[in-house]
Amino acid sequence: MKLRRDSELSPDLKLRADFPLLVNNPGLHYLDSAATSQKPKAVLDALRDFYETANANPHRGAYALSVRATELYHQSRLRIAQFLGVRDSDSLIFTRGTTEGLNLVAGSWGMANVASGDEIVVTAMDHHANFVPWQVLAMRKGAKFRVCELTPDGKIDLDFLNGLLNKRTKVVAFSHVSNALGTINPIPEIARMVREKSDAILVCDGAQSAPHFPVSFDSLGVDFYAFSGHKMLGPMGIGGLIGNREMLEEMPPYQTGGDMIEFVHDDRTTWNVLPLKFEAGTPNAANAVGLAAAVEYLDRIGMDRVRSHERALMSAAQERLSAIEGLHIYGPPASERSGVLSFTLGDVHPHDLATILDGEGVCIRAGHHCAQPLMRRLDVPATARASFYVYNDESDIDALVAGILKAREIFGYAPV
Amino acid sequence: MSQPRSSAEIGALYQEMILDHYRRPRNKGTLENADASVEMKNPLCGDEIGLQVAFEGDCVCDLKFSGRGCSISQASASMMTQLVKGKSSGQIDAIRKQFRDLMLGDSSAADDPEMRSLRALSGVARFPARVKCALLAWNALASAMAERPSQGTPS
Repeated sequence: MKLRRDSELSPDLKLRADFPLLVNNPGLHYLDSAATSQKPKAVLDALRDFYETANANPHRGAYALSVRATELYHQSRLRIAQFLGVRDSDSLIFTRGTTEGLNLVAGSWGMANVASGDEIVVTAMDHHANFVPWQVLAMRKGAKFRVCELTPDGKIDLDFLNGLLNKRTKVVAFSHVSNALGTINPIPEIARMVREKSDAILVCDGAQSAPHFPVSFDSLGVDFYAFSGHKMLGPMGIGGLIGNREMLEEMPPYQTGGDMIEFVHDDRTTWNVLPLKFEAGTPNAANAVGLAAAVEYLDRIGMDRVRSHERALMSAAQERLSAIEGLHIYGPPASERSGVLSFTLGDVHPHDLATILDGEGVCIRAGHHCAQPLMRRLDVPATARASFYVYNDESDIDALVAGILKAREIFGYAPV
Repeated sequence: MSQPRSSAEIGALYQEMILDHYRRPRNKGTLENADASVEMKNPLCGDEIGLQVAFEGDCVCDLKFSGRGCSISQASASMMTQLVKGKSSGQIDAIRKQFRDLMLGDSSAADDPEMRSLRALSGVARFPARVKCALLAWNALASAMAERPSQGTPS
């Protein structure tokens, strides 16, 4: 395929009609998909269908309905594993979302394997969900917690990272894509460096990558990859953790209770096999079915096409926003970024900007994006963030630009 | 879903007086010899207010604020410092309660003559997500008042 420049791409997907919330709100310009995505009718139908035709507690009943629920839960895991390039679907554990997946690795692998004097590395662009669990683990274990600095244009400083690694490094946690800047991090380079200088496990926060471009876990080169269903057209409350099978086998359970046990004796308990060992309690079968419908929908579009649509939108948005006097865009060039655009406008506080944009029907995020360490380094209390997905088109960018100009009109322009 | 905001509502929110206090905050800085010093944050949006207060008997004789945040939080802090200087704890408490009521949607609270410039913030009540920005400085003041020496029984 001939490689085209971003400016030559056109955002050709026209999918708004598939999303009931957007259909019901014709004037709404939803630009906060990095926080959560809207849901296509296919996903809502799948949820309803599960509850209307298959609802029972999986893995428990001997009756046909429970068998059906179990089967659908299992099929959903296979479908999602296929979507994310995981051949061994038993190494895909359903979680509430990325946060739970990362806490699972820190709480289980970390508690069992990190000792006093060991070192844990995270990056300054990590979401709190991939920062705080490791910070807490380090404090509990007396391990050293080290934060990798960034380059001025918002990428992981690979030289700095290289300098942090040594034989005591036990964990390197980083995000595939920064939720605040959109930076796409080079996993192969990071993995090579980490493998060469340490025996650390690589833990990747995939919350912002799985929804937006093709991801194949088996060839990614990391040991753990966590993702959220609700950011990729699926329901809230479901996501997954994909892990290295051998590590998962050796790890102690994260939570205990129903579904994850094999035998409970009065004095001890043995654990179920993967993946159920890490899925205590009644499984979130309905939402797993919903997420399977979401990846089915994404596959029908094609993840390459999802990516090129977003790149085209990003390129257009970048061009139009940078033409606005006083508007500052954070992060690397558009071509090295996912569909996330983080910016400030003169001395207009991002919350005021978001309120004024709300007046124009434009939903953006304003705040620290759960990345306070990053905000400190950018030396801003907050940024405004517009993020794109499959249902957005150029009219959303028009509305965004009009809203920003309106904010300038209300506030006047005062450079910071 | 709630309807997008109308231009009139946005206009009522960002009155000239608010932008003026945002760009030219009054009583911003640090106070020598403060009797009480409080820092408050709004973790959701990162607004920060530091408040330093000097008391004379039961009255606030001087106060200054520091911090950063949106126009609503900063303007509210600036207006507050102007309004409460020289007032007794009882008077301040009464204004604070009225202002809280105003923010929570009781528009009759604006009729109180003591409210003065705070009426410019009336529009905030229509924006539930922003009410906490307007109340941040007042919460800091309440906390500072609790620190004042020889504090009597609250009325």
